Amino acid sequence: MTRSGGSPYAPHTDAETAAMLADIGVEAEADLFDIPEGVGFDGAFGIDSRSEREVRTEVERMLGRNDDMVELLGRGHYDTYVPSLVDNLSQRAEFLTSYTQYQPEVSQGFLQVLFEYQSMLAELTGLEVANCSMYDAATALGETATLADRIRSTTGQRVLVPAHLRSGKRGVLDNYVAGTDLHVESYPMDDGCVDVDALAELVEDDVVLVYAESPTVRGVIEERLDSIAGIADGHDALFALGSDPVSLSVLEKPARVGADVVIGDASVLGLPASYGMGLGMFATREEYVRQVPGRLVGASEDAAERRAYTLTLQTREQHIRQERATSNICTNQAWVALRAAIHAAWLGPSGLVETARDSIVRTSRLADALDELSGIDAPVHDRHHLREFVAETEQPAVDIVDALADQGYAVHAVDDHEIQLCVNDLTEDDLDGFVAAVTEVIEG
Amino acid sequence: MTFDQARWRRDDESVYEPLLSEKDETTVEINGGDAESADDSTVDVPLPDELTRDELTLPELSEPELARHYTRLSQMTYAIDTGPYPLGSCTMKYNPKFTEDVAGLSDAAIHPDRPERRKQGTLELQYRLQDYLARIGGMDAVSLQPPAGAAGEFTGILVAKAYHEARGDDRSEVIIPESAHGTNFASAALGGYDVVSLPGGEDGRVDLDALDTALSEETAALMLTNPNTLGLFERDIEEIAAMVHDVGGLLYYDGANLNALLGRARPGDMGFDIMHYNVHKTFATPHGGGGPGAGPVGVVDELAEFLPAPRVRRSEMGYEEFRPEHSIGKVHGFSGNWLVLVKAYAYIARLGDEGLADASAKAVLNANYLGEQVEYEVPYGPFHHEFVASAGEQDAADVAKRMLDYGVHPPTTKWPEIVGEALMTEPTEIESKDTLDQLARAFNAVIEEDDETLASAPERTAARLIDQTAAARNLRLSWQALDE
Repeated sequence: MTRSGGSPYAPHTDAETAAMLADIGVEAEADLFDIPEGVGFDGAFGIDSRSEREVRTEVERMLGRNDDMVELLGRGHYDTYVPSLVDNLSQRAEFLTSYTQYQPEVSQGFLQVLFEYQSMLAELTGLEVANCSMYDAATALGETATLADRIRSTTGQRVLVPAHLRSGKRGVLDNYVAGTDLHVESYPMDDGCVDVDALAELVEDDVVLVYAESPTVRGVIEERLDSIAGIADGHDALFALGSDPVSLSVLEKPARVGADVVIGDASVLGLPASYGMGLGMFATREEYVRQVPGRLVGASEDAAERRAYTLTLQTREQHIRQERATSNICTNQAWVALRAAIHAAWLGPSGLVETARDSIVRTSRLADALDELSGIDAPVHDRHHLREFVAETEQPAVDIVDALADQGYAVHAVDDHEIQLCVNDLTEDDLDGFVAAVTEVIEG
Repeated sequence: MTFDQARWRRDDESVYEPLLSEKDETTVEINGGDAESADDSTVDVPLPDELTRDELTLPELSEPELARHYTRLSQMTYAIDTGPYPLGSCTMKYNPKFTEDVAGLSDAAIHPDRPERRKQGTLELQYRLQDYLARIGGMDAVSLQPPAGAAGEFTGILVAKAYHEARGDDRSEVIIPESAHGTNFASAALGGYDVVSLPGGEDGRVDLDALDTALSEETAALMLTNPNTLGLFERDIEEIAAMVHDVGGLLYYDGANLNALLGRARPGDMGFDIMHYNVHKTFATPHGGGGPGAGPVGVVDELAEFLPAPRVRRSEMGYEEFRPEHSIGKVHGFSGNWLVLVKAYAYIARLGDEGLADASAKAVLNANYLGEQVEYEVPYGPFHHEFVASAGEQDAADVAKRMLDYGVHPPTTKWPEIVGEALMTEPTEIESKDTLDQLARAFNAVIEEDDETLASAPERTAARLIDQTAAARNLRLSWQALDE
């Protein structure tokens, strides 16, 4: 069998190509291109074709230039151990190579997984509506601001966010509101938590959205969510909470503390560290369902009166509503949502709760161990932490970060004398080794 | 040539595959503080009681049960690996398997906040992919950050806005042809622009008179897909570019149809100033049932300083990140959908110049061949990688449902609206002549069938025709909302 061209994934033999061209009535493939001479291109990109084996080796060598490190990095992106079941099942080609479920009769499997994903978020948040899905926590925050703008459009333009907010998240939010009349302001934090009195002073009737996080970007569990919700509610502003599904397995249900919207990155389930790739979680109250951005899967019936699933309320979406859509999102993170759903199901309720508990326990153990050393105070905030915390260092933070990197540990410098550490899925051995490295750096 | 999707039912045939919550549900009680555990279903959490929830109720199944559950669900999912998927404008093509392994390398799984000199491999791959995409698009600079095609459009709009504002030029309108992808309209609106809809000409292409009327000093950009959604090449592209540039506007290229042009023409050479690449389409990274994708944005030199930060460039240490001088900032919390970008790099490297050009040649060949075989009318041509047939007196949505019974996925239906009862068909380069013949048989069998047969389809799929109205009227969006 002779193939007629360069793509290894085009199945045509020369004979088939000839037969097809003859059927169409042209002599050559080039005759099918209706491109004016002035804009034609000769195909010379200067990219050599390599064999599969060569490409693999090349990428392996290239990525091998990343240092081998133990990462204590977090601040919105977390390395999580993902059970083999998730990789194995999510890579089944039917899940991996399907498209958006526009023909639900042949997409019942994926639709059911997404329905189950929505259901688990409904249990974790206590809210009735979860979409499936958005890009990441930052874009979900941007979408929440435009949601607030639609719902509270007559009352004002101010969006309030915490002073402790990852700069990338704030940057995305600023871009999402660039085309609206909204403007974003920071409110102060006090010892890692929201300064509730200061927030109360700032909130007036022209505020459409108050956003808070728990755990915060510094790993602090917020202690007065109900007060914050009350302040927002008192001025008819939406209250959005940023969190993640693992912490929600133990923290009070957001709906019970007054959250109107819950967003965050759900890739803490299902995705290992993937250079910031995420899964935007978004849940809200049923009364806002027609203003929700993104895809929703609903239960319905088929012609045989059996339960069936389908994308629903599509008239909100860009492919039908065009410029009046609730969002421009089309391709989302469906496959990552599938991975999160399988991971959550694998853990089950007890596994999820234990994962959160272990994270609290190990964070506090590491902070205690570091606090015993001279030259470092940990944690800076006398609060409850999940996953991560900030420590104060006598030496400049950047020097400590560099010295630790030389020993194979990656940590954040968050201020001149502050480093941030995330225990996420590190083993006890990793953490012991890290404490020894910090000891050497500080005392050496 | 027919097929049956897998189905598992209860004795009463009420459910194909029970929900996890129907198989098992467990409640774990959560004790805050130092309370003693009551029993196995209680977990102590070292937090004050007022911060913790009382309980969590979710399914708790064994791994073997889960393996079967998800395997069965996969079998109820149609995919490119199970059959042809000629969804126009979606470019559903085969995803090479080795790219998954490449993206799964442990060195790919790092945290984005590492110091630059500790992640030289990742930066190098980003740099090389920026370069490949720039060459393929005829662009000068590329940002990999946008996490999807629509995010790329939004980024392009923000870049255009920043460019005009930097020149002290406040413009309010974006022109978009009626037949464009809905995301174009939504992205322009999200960027704060008024959308000016451009009616098509009689030949299905941009009507230059209508364009002339639409253009003004308010025009920030024209968003164009070329070939357009009818598969037609905009032959007047050089004149269109000149007209847009004459009023000070920018020309935006929607990369959804780039599969038709690889190695034959480049957006940059046609006069486009900004473009996005749908790497999950053109460069065969899996669509994942609706994502993740990636929508890198390329621009000409003059606009490079406005691209999102960070970008990657060469430096003394090897590679470093930098913030373009007047960067619009961030469009994703980190650096976009990295693993998808790794797959795109591997795909491009595998194909190279010859493979990329051949992919387009075969995509166009396949569309033209299939277009010849189908008996439905194809009102516009000559077309490239996709064509729009009309179902005529039949309802295109019904035609699609009936095609499912013939074992194939149907085309995109009822869009673009220029063609009545549109069947927008894109076979891509990966289908063999035999498969195209099978697809044509499905098209041509349905054209013979009466309304009653169409209305009762599909019959051989995992679910029969699903009631969309009931789904929207009686919203049930979680298992908590099911009342059975």
